[in-house]
Amino acid sequence: MLTKRIIPCLDIKDGRTVKGVNFVSLRDAGDPVELAEMYSKAGADELVFLDITATEEKRKTLAELVRKVAATVNIPFTVGGGVSSVEDVDVLLQNGADKVAINSAAVKNPQLINELAAKFGKQCIVVAIDAKMVRGQWLVHLVGGKVPTEIDLFDWAKEVEQRGAGEILFTSMDHDGTKNGFANEALEKLSKLVNIPIIASGGAGKIEHFCDTFKNGKADAALAASVFHFKEIEIKDLKQEMKKEGIEVRI
Amino acid sequence: MSIEKEKFSEKIVIIDYGAGNIQSIKFALERLGYTGILSSDAEEIKSADKVIFPGVGEASSAMKKLKSTGLEKLIPQLKQPVLGICLGMQLMCNRSEEGNTEGLGIFDVDVIHFEKTLKVPHIGWNRIKDLQTPLFEGIGENEFVYLVHSFYAPVCLETIAKCDYGVNYSSALKKDNFYGVQFHPEKSSKAGEKILLNFLKLDLRS
Repeated sequence: MLTKRIIPCLDIKDGRTVKGVNFVSLRDAGDPVELAEMYSKAGADELVFLDITATEEKRKTLAELVRKVAATVNIPFTVGGGVSSVEDVDVLLQNGADKVAINSAAVKNPQLINELAAKFGKQCIVVAIDAKMVRGQWLVHLVGGKVPTEIDLFDWAKEVEQRGAGEILFTSMDHDGTKNGFANEALEKLSKLVNIPIIASGGAGKIEHFCDTFKNGKADAALAASVFHFKEIEIKDLKQEMKKEGIEVRI
Repeated sequence: MSIEKEKFSEKIVIIDYGAGNIQSIKFALERLGYTGILSSDAEEIKSADKVIFPGVGEASSAMKKLKSTGLEKLIPQLKQPVLGICLGMQLMCNRSEEGNTEGLGIFDVDVIHFEKTLKVPHIGWNRIKDLQTPLFEGIGENEFVYLVHSFYAPVCLETIAKCDYGVNYSSALKKDNFYGVQFHPEKSSKAGEKILLNFLKLDLRS
């Protein structure tokens, strides 16, 4: 049986980890490579790096970081944040990223998904979707959730699958940061609608939230940031609990 | 330092035919203390002690790239241990349903698509079992490895490891000096590194 995946997400700015992390065991908590290695040893199944750098130097800094992570870490990792062209993706993959996540650029130019899937294979193309419930409808939002669109989450999910996405990373903005659990109803609907893996994101607060999203949300993987960074949840404990709950997990 | 010396005397060539993520394999070798040479040069490949044949992406376009460099004739003739990884392994089979592609015909099996009822690609960590040959020395039954693929080789006479995703299929194949693994040893944590190391240690003339 394929196991459910646990994915810590690291926010990166100018090649450094942001979102204050207080690991006493690390020499440099701002060093994404050292953090990545720690998570890999702790039992993370994958890692996601989200680059929030807005400077022109971005591409070069990110490529260097990807190269360092790939040299150090022996589990797969995804890189996203402002990726908007075939060239962007090429640089990241050439430097050792396993997958690349695209978000706003895919909404603005859906054909980009087809181009990327054709050139690099769908297995390395993750389409990230940020959505929020507006007047009873899940609507896609752009630019880190700041810009609303009229696009329906489920229509968009179906479309990205047809265009060649290998996975969908769905973040519920209504749940993100609340620590009240994942958007399981929407996740379950997504999981039934498309035939590619769904990564649940937004709302992790307790171990049971992960178990819920795998059982009720039918998610294939769950992503979280702060609960891991602040050691509110240890991956080892989380995985033991998942196993107890009868969820397939890699321990 | 004698161990180090022995390691570096091994010449490992990673076949470079423009198929993605080769860097990860090179890095994995470096973590094990080896150096991999990326090359598409026939003489360089022939002179290697070990050859790694990687691959991600789509079968027919990868095969086209192999043919444009003449590597499709060279690979089946190699005499040293060869390890095909993921799409590399699939291309070593007779055919692939992906893009209706004729393969290198090393492994006598046809690669087909997973059942439509399953989520595809098969992405993530799954168990490997019925492990055979020294490639899996020191690896326990049901060890976890990382996989990402939409097509698979059914179980056949050349199967040396199986994996279950809706169906039992070949997670690894072997014929003579040719090995193929469907999973990514370079991304499969400690177990993957051990399998890579086992491959690198095959047939050491000591």
